[in-house]
Amino acid sequence: MSDPILSIRDLSVEFTTEDGIVHAVEGVSYDVGAGEVLGVVGESGSGKSVTVMTVLGLIPQPPGKVTNGEILYRGRDLLKLSSKELREVRGSEVAMIFQDPMTSLNPVLTVGEQIAEAIETHHPEMRSEAIEARTIELLDIVGVPFPEARFRQYPHEFSGGMRQRAMIAMAIANEPAVLVADEPTTALDVTIQAQIIEVLKKAEEETHAAIILITHDLGLIAELADRVVVMYAGRVVEIGDVETIFTAPRNPYTIGLMNSIPRVTGTDDLLVPIPGSPPSMISVPPGCAFHPRCFLSRGRDRCRAEVPELEDVSAGHLSRCHFVSELAGYDPGLAAAASHA
Amino acid sequence: MGDSFPETRVPDPRGAIPRPPVAEGPAAAVLEEPEAALAYETGVEVQSRSQWQYARRRFMRHRLAVVCLVLLVGIFLAGAFAPWVAPYAYDEIDLENASSPPTLDGFHIFGTDLIGRDYLSRVIFGIRTSAEVALIVAILATLIGVVIGGLAGYYSGQVDNALMRFTDLILTLPGLAVLLTAAALLGHGSPYRVAVIIALISWTYLARIIRGTFLALREKEYVEAAKAAGAGDLRIMVRHMLPNAIGPIVVAATLIVGLAILTESVLGFLGFGIQPPTPTLGKLIADGQGAGTGLWWLVTFPGLTIVLILLCVNFVGDGLRDALDPTQRRVRE
Amino acid sequence: MGTFILRRILYSIPVLIATSFIIFTFVSLAGDPLGQLKLNPYLSEETLQNKIEEKHLDKPIPVRYLYWVKEASTDKFGTSLSSDQPIWPDLKRVIPHTLELLIPALLLSVLFAVGIGLYSAIRQYSVFDYGATTFSFLAYAVPVFWLALMLQILATQLVVKWNVRLFYTSGLSSTDPGGGLQFVLDRAQHLALPIITIAVISIATYSRYMRASMLEVVNSDYTRTARAKGLSERQVTTKHAMRNALIPLVTVVALDFGTLIAGAVVTESIFQLDGMGYYFIQSLQRLDTYAVMAWLMIVAVMVIVFNLIADLAYGWLDPRIRLG
Repeated sequence: MSDPILSIRDLSVEFTTEDGIVHAVEGVSYDVGAGEVLGVVGESGSGKSVTVMTVLGLIPQPPGKVTNGEILYRGRDLLKLSSKELREVRGSEVAMIFQDPMTSLNPVLTVGEQIAEAIETHHPEMRSEAIEARTIELLDIVGVPFPEARFRQYPHEFSGGMRQRAMIAMAIANEPAVLVADEPTTALDVTIQAQIIEVLKKAEEETHAAIILITHDLGLIAELADRVVVMYAGRVVEIGDVETIFTAPRNPYTIGLMNSIPRVTGTDDLLVPIPGSPPSMISVPPGCAFHPRCFLSRGRDRCRAEVPELEDVSAGHLSRCHFVSELAGYDPGLAAAASHA
Repeated sequence: MGDSFPETRVPDPRGAIPRPPVAEGPAAAVLEEPEAALAYETGVEVQSRSQWQYARRRFMRHRLAVVCLVLLVGIFLAGAFAPWVAPYAYDEIDLENASSPPTLDGFHIFGTDLIGRDYLSRVIFGIRTSAEVALIVAILATLIGVVIGGLAGYYSGQVDNALMRFTDLILTLPGLAVLLTAAALLGHGSPYRVAVIIALISWTYLARIIRGTFLALREKEYVEAAKAAGAGDLRIMVRHMLPNAIGPIVVAATLIVGLAILTESVLGFLGFGIQPPTPTLGKLIADGQGAGTGLWWLVTFPGLTIVLILLCVNFVGDGLRDALDPTQRRVRE
Repeated sequence: MGTFILRRILYSIPVLIATSFIIFTFVSLAGDPLGQLKLNPYLSEETLQNKIEEKHLDKPIPVRYLYWVKEASTDKFGTSLSSDQPIWPDLKRVIPHTLELLIPALLLSVLFAVGIGLYSAIRQYSVFDYGATTFSFLAYAVPVFWLALMLQILATQLVVKWNVRLFYTSGLSSTDPGGGLQFVLDRAQHLALPIITIAVISIATYSRYMRASMLEVVNSDYTRTARAKGLSERQVTTKHAMRNALIPLVTVVALDFGTLIAGAVVTESIFQLDGMGYYFIQSLQRLDTYAVMAWLMIVAVMVIVFNLIADLAYGWLDPRIRLG
């Protein structure tokens, strides 16, 4: 990619817990291009959230620890910034939308105050009338009806969908260059999800920000993303553009994911889940973390002994697998048959 | 006799329990095997038996709590076996050595009082009385609290409202006022009377906790499953909900022991409650106060004993809370 | 807001009635208010009988209760059963003394507790935190009356051994306290130890709650959002965390009023302060039903007022309550 606005290079983060060290993020690298929507997909525990929280410096340093890597934003390594410098970046150049809008908003402050705060913090010179006007404008952009009245209301007076809109408003308030959305629709009803997707699209139009969309919902990815990063057990296992990932994935895990989506078209009557369950992050399987559940591995030693590298499959398409070549010209339907065998 | 048996049907493994028409799958399991019902809810409540070992291990991890438990048991045992543990009888007068500060001479390590009675012995006998009262209070208050709280939490609605209003009533009465009044009323009584009075005030705390627990538990799937299978209310409460509430109950009961000791000492100090000649920790302090501030040990040692007991009770309670109720957010490590 | 207050008061009335009746019954059953009087050998049978009828002591308890209600409401709590003195003047005298004790104690406690709890939470696991925790645990384990006595002993030893008179150990004022500032200073010296006694335990309790609540808040999602917006830790603490953390504390302080009164009773007895607690103990010892009842009513009103203030504070802090 020519000039990524955000570049995560070989990031490793671990957590010290009562039961041992959790390697939440292991050698993760991916780039985010200016203005693109990058979807990050993975199950719970795959490390997708921890990675982006580290970008914003929101991981509490005990018990967490960044053991390796750099995060380059417009050429500066965010990990090396002082807390003051980092604070200037947070909320103005890189902003975040969290999963659960009910608990992510302070119940004792009005919504307007909280959005205004985002503006005030980075534009202390702005007058309060200007801030208020801008806040109302933001609420309008995200589609909150009667924004002047809503401005003075408290979070508990908002519905779930509206709260998420308010969160989005807060995030785009300072026209960030990178917008991180961590499971923005997971806590919402399905009907509201569709609305929020529209709001996110609008937010992109307004700010031309790059969006990192973290989710386990493949439908959301299909709808919004330009490129996709697939993560498993703290590592990136595949990167590619959305078309390729959905139609011609080249990684056993991704293939398994795609197969497990119930499709309205098609005549399968059985869902094909990936056998087994994701590993506990304290005791990750040696070598390739996916090998115990992999149809391609077939128990071959190399999978257990050696961690595969993330390698190019074709332009802009990378995969982490020892036996990618066996997947060339690969038909997803075959995998379903193979995993039953 | 012989080899012809009367015709027998193949025995139904479910025995003679009639199976209600709806009971299928997990619901049936509930009727025959409540433990299976608990297992059906795959979660933290699974296998309540092995939870005891798990809980015990967790408790052992808190060395402070374990030390305090040992200390507490030691103290209570010393009280229980007071006649044998105490170096002197509690009423043995020795006017020659009266009013002497702590000294190794004659093993009066807590000193003697105004008429020469060995203070260590008196304190030990005081522990005995206090422990007696505290244990009775704990048992009584727990019983009352569990019954009332359980009924309130389980039935909810009207019953809950009524019971909670009643509890609120008890709570509103300024505790001390009621206590003192009741103490004055029942006059100078035996430890048992005092214990009953204190218990009648203390159960509210436990009732609230049990009510909360039961209110939460009644929403669990296995309770619904049990109901669908036709299990009676009492059975559900005793076999399904109570075992899951044991954690909070034990913790609360432990704390009540501490509370009881404290209350009894306050009563004793103010002159109500248990009458002489039985020494109680509270009364010892009161007598010490009467002797003036010069004989400081008369006030200090019984007080320190109370402080030690209460400290241990609190630490043990804390450890128990962590061991038995891991779902509670452990904000203090 | 007005309806809210009204509703609360209305709700409290039946509780008040029930409570008063129960206590009345207890005290009446406990013994004879004329006990002391009966010991007087010069008392004639006739006078005694008159007295009994006058105070309705020959009637059954529920009837006596109603007589009390009538007399208390029409004649400022009436006259004492034991001493024939009117009750109200005594109460009027002692109530302010108790307030002088309780209000500073409460204010001190809350201030210290909030500070300690806040700092413990922010610097979790630090030496300060462990120290505060130890202090709290100790304070829980110390009975109020014993603490009072120990403080007395300490203060007295200070005087005896080193001739340093920092605090007084009994009474409200010295025999000649002077006027104006000197009077206040003298009163403060007398009240210092009792206030400390009550405050210590309250500080321990409240600071634990504050700490726990603060920790919960500091790790909550909305503080995470605040940080994500670029606020400094200090701003996160003051603007977002504190207000939320204080909310549960208000409830605790309100519920604690009963303990405060109990503490006052004990402390006043030990330090010989002429306050409500002392009055209560004496009335109880004399089995003076009317005085005890009067005291109870005053306390009940105080509790209600206190709870009301707490509720209002709660509503002010937490908008969810205000509107819901």
